[in-house]
Amino acid sequence: MTADDLGRTAPHAVTVDLYRAVRLIRRFEERAIEFVRSGEIVGGIHPYLGQEAIAAAVCAALTSADVITSTHRGHGHVLARGADPGRMLAELMGRETGLNKGRGGSMHAADFSLGILGANAIVGAAASIATGAAWAYRQQGRDTVAVTFFGDGAMNEGMLLEALNLAALWQVPVLFVCENNGYATTMPVGSAVAGSITARARAFGMPAFTIDGQDPETVLKASTAAVARARSGKGPMFLECLTYRFDAHHTFEHRARLDYRSPGEVAAGRARDPVAIQGARLPERERAAVDSEVEAALDAAAEFALGSAHPDPADPLKYLYAVMP
Amino acid sequence: MPKLSYLKALNRALGDAMELDPSVFLLGEDIRVAASNLTAGLSSRFGPERVIDTPLSEQAFTNFATGAALAGMRPVIEFQIPSLLFLVFEQIANQAHKFSLMTGGQCKVPVTYVVPGSGSRTGWAGQHSDHPYTLFAHVGVKTVVPATPSDAYGLLVSAIRDDDPVVVFAPSAALGVRDDVDFSTLAPVPLGVGRVARSGRDVTVVALGHLLQDALVVADELAGVGISVEVFDPRTVYPFDVDGLAASVAKTRRLVVIDDSNRTSGFAAEVLALAAERFTLDAPPRRVTRPDGAVLPFALALDRAVQPGRDQLVAAINAVLEDQ
Ligand SMILES: Cc1ncc(C[n+]2csc(CCOP(=O)(O)OP(=O)(O)O)c2C)c(N)n1
Ligand SMILES: [Mg+2]
Repeated sequence: MTADDLGRTAPHAVTVDLYRAVRLIRRFEERAIEFVRSGEIVGGIHPYLGQEAIAAAVCAALTSADVITSTHRGHGHVLARGADPGRMLAELMGRETGLNKGRGGSMHAADFSLGILGANAIVGAAASIATGAAWAYRQQGRDTVAVTFFGDGAMNEGMLLEALNLAALWQVPVLFVCENNGYATTMPVGSAVAGSITARARAFGMPAFTIDGQDPETVLKASTAAVARARSGKGPMFLECLTYRFDAHHTFEHRARLDYRSPGEVAAGRARDPVAIQGARLPERERAAVDSEVEAALDAAAEFALGSAHPDPADPLKYLYAVMP
Repeated sequence: MPKLSYLKALNRALGDAMELDPSVFLLGEDIRVAASNLTAGLSSRFGPERVIDTPLSEQAFTNFATGAALAGMRPVIEFQIPSLLFLVFEQIANQAHKFSLMTGGQCKVPVTYVVPGSGSRTGWAGQHSDHPYTLFAHVGVKTVVPATPSDAYGLLVSAIRDDDPVVVFAPSAALGVRDDVDFSTLAPVPLGVGRVARSGRDVTVVALGHLLQDALVVADELAGVGISVEVFDPRTVYPFDVDGLAASVAKTRRLVVIDDSNRTSGFAAEVLALAAERFTLDAPPRRVTRPDGAVLPFALALDRAVQPGRDQLVAAINAVLEDQ
């Protein structure tokens, strides 16, 4: 579902589509964690569990002409933007059929045919890339909007603050989506950010709002308005989505128990579950139908990925250059 | 024939590239008024949308260029001082350079980074006098260091047309070099192709950027005492023209490299390693470089003492000719 459809589609269809999207991300991540445990995915992942509403709803507010950049915790964004789950999983498994032909992995998944300009493993780095891309598309006369996702930790990267300035200065059609899940790895946001996140964005002269990042429909409403505003030429906007990371910072944490969140805090955080919130808006039978649709898609994805060839080690640096003299 | 200065040649290359391709645009600090003269006249010719003065946000505008390149543009960034490349090393080496491989060839990042005034600027001291081309060669970013006005024009044009990121180092000491140039002969110079700047028999001297002039002067001097020096200008540091140098060394069987990098792991070290692996020489090769870990001191005599110079080059040439 896209914003194009939003006006025409019955609200119920929107509700169902959002549920399908959050459910798909949820189950994809749960299965990916299993593949990390079984060794099919090497190196681990940063699970997106708990934050599904943000990727699903922000991407639902976009048209096919728009572009996004993602992060180290990026599976949700890539899936929500429409990437094929089989090719996504194949990428995590380092297969030749992966989105990046097995050259990128979990933190770098990209699908340029869908406007996914890549997930970026350097915290805060993609915001300026998205700003440049959005600016360039506008120069070319297109009405593309760019969305750049990042975490609360990125708010302390100077380059991200520089990007906010450039975007506001040059009125670039870019939407900054800060997923504040309370922590940068183990560092609580309260110990890391002086002042407030949205006040920083407002200081550059762009509107900035804090919203409930656990409710897909809340996020959809806010991001639809923000995208429309950017598209109309009014410049960048900033959304701080309050959320909670349900699982580990990275799957390495499943073995190394790090002491930074109390069990009580985690339980309270998990109580506001975006999949449950959206699921409750569907009749039981319809929800079950979506669930089995998602499982079937993920079964097929797993079969595809597991059955895919590994890249040929004879040419490990293929694609290093566009042209090599 | 009209005289063309190195700096004017770069300026001409930018203008021609912008004329030919509307996706080329310039970004940098104080480039509208052309504080460094690199972009002189371009703002009035192409307008503020294509000659963009940026705030002092090197990291963001370097990634901004990457984003614009992903969206189909060909940005050219001017960096006012060479050490700004340290500030944006991540954005070039870790972002722009890695996108092609990491995305499995889904995209290209045709950004050109130009430093008009790399190396010692005489009197600008430690933080303005680096010449960090070796760093970019090491990480595999295409890197050129033109020596002459014609090559400055031709390599910059090729860098802009290239579909990968390219760093163009214009040495401060070369900016004023002027040559007689028939403007109709100005043409792109392919990346990765060196040039024999002076033909000789006894020893090959590898020199690039402003050091080419020094090497040519030394070659002239030594010709007077019966030593025939061949001067090879690689022009591109990475990818390096191995075949070009191999052909020269096959003839002279002796090799000296003069290089404005620090010694350890510098460009000269790489050329010497190549010689050890690939060439048959009659004497151990030598290099003339900045000292290990050099920081250019301010006082003029100290600044000069740290830079590779003609006397050292003469001594190195004599040494390889004496060695057997
Ligand atoms: C510039 C940079 N610094 C540090 C790291 C290591 N690192 C990876 S993720 C992360 C935490 C990021 O926190 P946040 O931005 O809040 O995103 P979250 O992990 O919570 O989704 C850190 C420190 C990095 N990848 N990049
Ligand atoms: Mg966080």
